[in-house]
Amino acid sequence: MYAQIVESTGKAVKTLNEMEGEERVFQERINAGGKIEPKDWMPDGYRKTMVRQISQHAHSEIVGQLPEGNWITRAPTLERKAILLAKVQDEAGHGLYLYCAAETLGISRDQMFDQLHSGKAKYSSIFNYPTLTWADIGAVGWLVDQAAIMNQVPLQRSSYGPYARAMVRICKEESFHQRQGFDIMMKMCEGTAAQKRMAQDALNRFWAPSLMMFGPPDADSVHSAQSMAWKIKMNSNDELRQKFVDAVVPQAEFLGLTIPDENLAWNDKKGGYDFTDPDWQEFMAVIHGNGPCNRERLAARVKAWDDGAWVRDGLNTHAAKKRKAAKPVAG
Amino acid sequence: MAQILNRDTALFHFLTRIGDSTLILGHRVSEWCGHSPMLEEDIALANTALDLIGHTRMWLGLAAEVEGKGRSADDLAFLRDSMDFTNLLLVEQPNGDFGQTMMRQLLFDAWHLPYLNALKSFPDPRVAGIAEKATKEVAYHVDRAADLVVRLGDGTHESHTRMQAALDELWPCVGEMFSTDEVDAMLAPDAPKPDRIRDAWDATILPTLARATLAVPATRFTRQGGKTGRHSEHLGHVLAQMQFLQRAYPGATW
Ligand SMILES: [Fe+2]
Ligand SMILES: [Fe+2]
Repeated sequence: MYAQIVESTGKAVKTLNEMEGEERVFQERINAGGKIEPKDWMPDGYRKTMVRQISQHAHSEIVGQLPEGNWITRAPTLERKAILLAKVQDEAGHGLYLYCAAETLGISRDQMFDQLHSGKAKYSSIFNYPTLTWADIGAVGWLVDQAAIMNQVPLQRSSYGPYARAMVRICKEESFHQRQGFDIMMKMCEGTAAQKRMAQDALNRFWAPSLMMFGPPDADSVHSAQSMAWKIKMNSNDELRQKFVDAVVPQAEFLGLTIPDENLAWNDKKGGYDFTDPDWQEFMAVIHGNGPCNRERLAARVKAWDDGAWVRDGLNTHAAKKRKAAKPVAG
Repeated sequence: MAQILNRDTALFHFLTRIGDSTLILGHRVSEWCGHSPMLEEDIALANTALDLIGHTRMWLGLAAEVEGKGRSADDLAFLRDSMDFTNLLLVEQPNGDFGQTMMRQLLFDAWHLPYLNALKSFPDPRVAGIAEKATKEVAYHVDRAADLVVRLGDGTHESHTRMQAALDELWPCVGEMFSTDEVDAMLAPDAPKPDRIRDAWDATILPTLARATLAVPATRFTRQGGKTGRHSEHLGHVLAQMQFLQRAYPGATW
């Protein structure tokens, strides 16, 4: 998802009986549905995993500004321009709350930026795909924000208090994002043949990458058990992916669009759709820096940061001058 | 403006001038989305752009209504060519670095606020109503831009140098804000009075530049033409980008 490849400790999950002292108190609190707060004792692995999860999520929000920002200056009406601006602004806001939430675990925003800019930190694979036509802005809202909501609604119950609370705020805004995306798709599907063609093309390109948002298949995600025990992951990747497909198929039908999957079929027995897995090799390539836009995305973030260095220095220096001037003269 | 002006056509031109300025500046500011020096600025710049696009919808919406030819605010924004755009030259200037963007914002905001304040007593209540709504947001824009210009002007040697360069670069575009022509004359005595606006502008700008340790440029050179559709080369590129979809797919609804 927005944090797709969060590696937690590779060790087998301990049972409550194998724990003692602080660790046992910690796990009991989680089992009882309580929240872990920044000052509470927590295992190192939990802290590290939460830092990874929250910072990956934060990075995804801010890198996510780029593919959509790509169309702000070309939005087709004043209203669409305003809505898209508001949406991209929300994403920056999500980044901000999430960096703050991660900071409660003892890492600074600058450190997290360093990790992003050096290519060490990950962010969601979805934002490494290009937005080529206006319909992509519709598809991103409809599919990507919908996938985000499916993943993030359960995370409102995350055991880590600051993250859970950030999720509550964020989820409210994500549902507006999804609606505006679907609305763009609807207008295009009701529109001219050229608009409908753009809409179908956007779905063709964004379908598989949207499925990848939920992370690798359960069989390959080795670290889930510990994350589930810590209640920082609530559902399995495959479970959420299935839920997403089941929700999106009727929406696509409503729009009159075809899901680009020949094997898509309703399965009565499981009460859901069968569908083709996305290309997991492509997924791993994108995660490791070799997707269609990884280089541009990272370069854009690094450029923004480097070009802004003089601004941040200027503001800091001004603040220091003011502090010095305000200091009472020693008497 | 070949046609003979009457009060209605003058009002139409008057409204598109301000609406075009908020549109083009909003567009320019929105180019920063995701690329600014810090996350807080990504949010603040998007907010400024959003305010300006909101004002544009009101100004151009009213212009279209006054014109009475069945055009909409979107038609005015997306289907006119540069010779019919009458925004100030200042707002179409490229973003440059963050300092140039904030300097452009301050120079414009310090004009925009007293201009709107004057329009609050415009006899047509539709005009006064928009001015009333926009003032609060613009008052905040002035404070924010002035604050950043002061902090960067009086920051490091580099930030000071960049802010002075931005001021020098944009200064020739200032004079146009206080010019008048037959459109303003037709709406007199209701249109804002340039001398008064200039006084209010000076009252914001001069102390702000002093606090920013920036020198008022000595040049007397003034660029004009935006208000009558004679633009810099920059505007055509803004329009090419902004109007792409409406031009490529005529008649489509979005
Ligand atoms: Fe978001
Ligand atoms: Fe979103």
